[in-house]
Amino acid sequence: MNRIENKFAELKAAGKKALITFLTSGDPDIETTEKAVLEMFDKGADIIELGVPFSDPVAEGPVIQEASLRSLNGGTNLDKIFGAVENIRKATDKPLVLMMYINTVFRYGTAKFFEKCRLTGIDGIIIPDMPYEEKEEVSAEAKANGVLSISLVTPVSGDRIKMIAEESEGFLYCVSSTGVTGMRSGFTTDFGEFFGEVYKYAKVPCCVGFGISGPEQAKKMSSYCDGVIIGSAVVKLAAEHGKDFPKYAGEFVSAVRTALDE
Amino acid sequence: MSKGRFGEYGGQYVPETVMNAVCELEAAYEKYKDDPQFKSELAALYRDYAGRPSLLYFAEKLTKELGGAKIYIKREDLNHTGSHKINNVLGQILLAKKMGKKRIIAETGAGQHGVATATACALFGMECCVYMGAVDAERQSLNVYRMELLGAKVVKVQSGTKTLKDAINEAMRDWASNIETTFYCIGSVMGPHPYPQMVRDFQKIISEEIRAQLMEKEGKLPDCVFACVGGGSNAMGAFYDFIKDESVRLVGAEAAGLGADTDQHAATLAKGTTGIFHGMKSVFLQDEYGQIAPVYSISAGLDYPGIGPEHANLRATGRAEYIPITDEEAVCAFELLSRTEGIIPAIESAHAVAAAVKMVPQMGKDKIVVINLSGRGDKDVYSIARYRGVSLSEE
Repeated sequence: MNRIENKFAELKAAGKKALITFLTSGDPDIETTEKAVLEMFDKGADIIELGVPFSDPVAEGPVIQEASLRSLNGGTNLDKIFGAVENIRKATDKPLVLMMYINTVFRYGTAKFFEKCRLTGIDGIIIPDMPYEEKEEVSAEAKANGVLSISLVTPVSGDRIKMIAEESEGFLYCVSSTGVTGMRSGFTTDFGEFFGEVYKYAKVPCCVGFGISGPEQAKKMSSYCDGVIIGSAVVKLAAEHGKDFPKYAGEFVSAVRTALDE
Repeated sequence: MSKGRFGEYGGQYVPETVMNAVCELEAAYEKYKDDPQFKSELAALYRDYAGRPSLLYFAEKLTKELGGAKIYIKREDLNHTGSHKINNVLGQILLAKKMGKKRIIAETGAGQHGVATATACALFGMECCVYMGAVDAERQSLNVYRMELLGAKVVKVQSGTKTLKDAINEAMRDWASNIETTFYCIGSVMGPHPYPQMVRDFQKIISEEIRAQLMEKEGKLPDCVFACVGGGSNAMGAFYDFIKDESVRLVGAEAAGLGADTDQHAATLAKGTTGIFHGMKSVFLQDEYGQIAPVYSISAGLDYPGIGPEHANLRATGRAEYIPITDEEAVCAFELLSRTEGIIPAIESAHAVAAAVKMVPQMGKDKIVVINLSGRGDKDVYSIARYRGVSLSEE
């Protein structure tokens, strides 16, 4: 079994919700990323998504756009991120996921990319600009290397929810609302209806992300599903605290963990 | 393999949030493209509003000047709003109306597509929001004001390189945020399927008219067709009906900026590699890690690091050829056409003229070529003056 599947089995046995956090790798630098990942795991994150910065992140709001730019300006690239994953793997066996745009995978070489994932210890991949119709772009290589392909569904997926939910691996990333990533003060989505539909077909745990800003919202959203994904709220801490980011990220994760476990 | 492929290129690489909208558009386009009512409404708009058919003009003086093949100019610059962009926009806005959409968004580089979209939205009474890179808005301020006059909101995009690709990024973000109300009117033969095919279909009238007009004037097909390529919509329009006629040479002119061998160009096919971006697999200027490269051209309309997937395939199969044209060559062609024929071309279209200037003298006098003059150059007069070091006062 993959580390992601093990983690969800463990959470289910303990009756707990998953806390998945995202950071932009290399913001402010790759060493700080390594420290922040370990700190967040230590304070209660279950799975961490390492964002691979892209020059033109069309699915991101301003917070992650700016983080991507800072990271790229600092010289981050995919090889350096794989290097960081190797270092992180020396200290933890918790699940790591890469979240990245399809061009970064394609240009690196799909076969070489997934081999590198297997060798460094990446458990899953989320590609926001690769919809169901294009998943064959990576599916064979991902499978051959034991990397799970995590799919996204949205409140406007409608009839598409069935085919996507049935085939997602690891977990199903349920996007809270239309639009790009970033914190929101509230949601207009009818979550009861959305998750009702999602759970009809999902064969893996379902987690909600996009716009979750803090402990209270995380607690509330987690009631609909198996876990929450928090990105921009974490990335904002990197923007604010630079090299002190790991400490603040740890405190933030700790607060959300407490709320989820209450 | 997914839908909308041209060889290995094309596809639908967009976030799930917009997939239902893409599918809805595809279904609507399939329903209406052969619908007699839709076709007759669009034909009436082309005829009565855009001024089609556009003229096919024998450029006798330019022909003499270059001393080779006989040159005809397809006058897309004479269309309402001054470029070929109106062909596509009228088609898409009519489709949006049929789909019951009330809000239109668009990206624009030089501003020609933005102006055409703002124009059609004024005509159809729709809300219009145009995304334009802040750098482009600066160098094409006349078109910004023109769009505002037409009732559109112009958003000056401050992210990335502040040019066309960033305007597209921002338009895609808007689309994902307002997916249920908004129709994205893409300006070129790019983006996820069905856009490359749909935009080409709305532009192919250019080559269909060239065929009919040249048959009437010369009783034969052209030996060569020249068009400039950024995303590639005017070129697809000018090439499409001739793809099946192997005797017709198809030449695209790319923007080489300060030179394709410098780091200041937008010569995608000369220097790019296969990638996946803006919804499509195609050829892009990018680094070894797939980061999209900053591009440069004097022409804001050709200043794009990719190209439509059908062009990528026409190049791969050898059916069309693409040559890089520098700023200097384009500006010289801009001046040449102005002086010899009294036609001031858009700086984008001047790239096609420059390609003809390079190749026509080597072609026999019995040959016939067509230059697709995609737009008029009023908007470029200031930047050409600046390029030549001439200072103009606006007062």
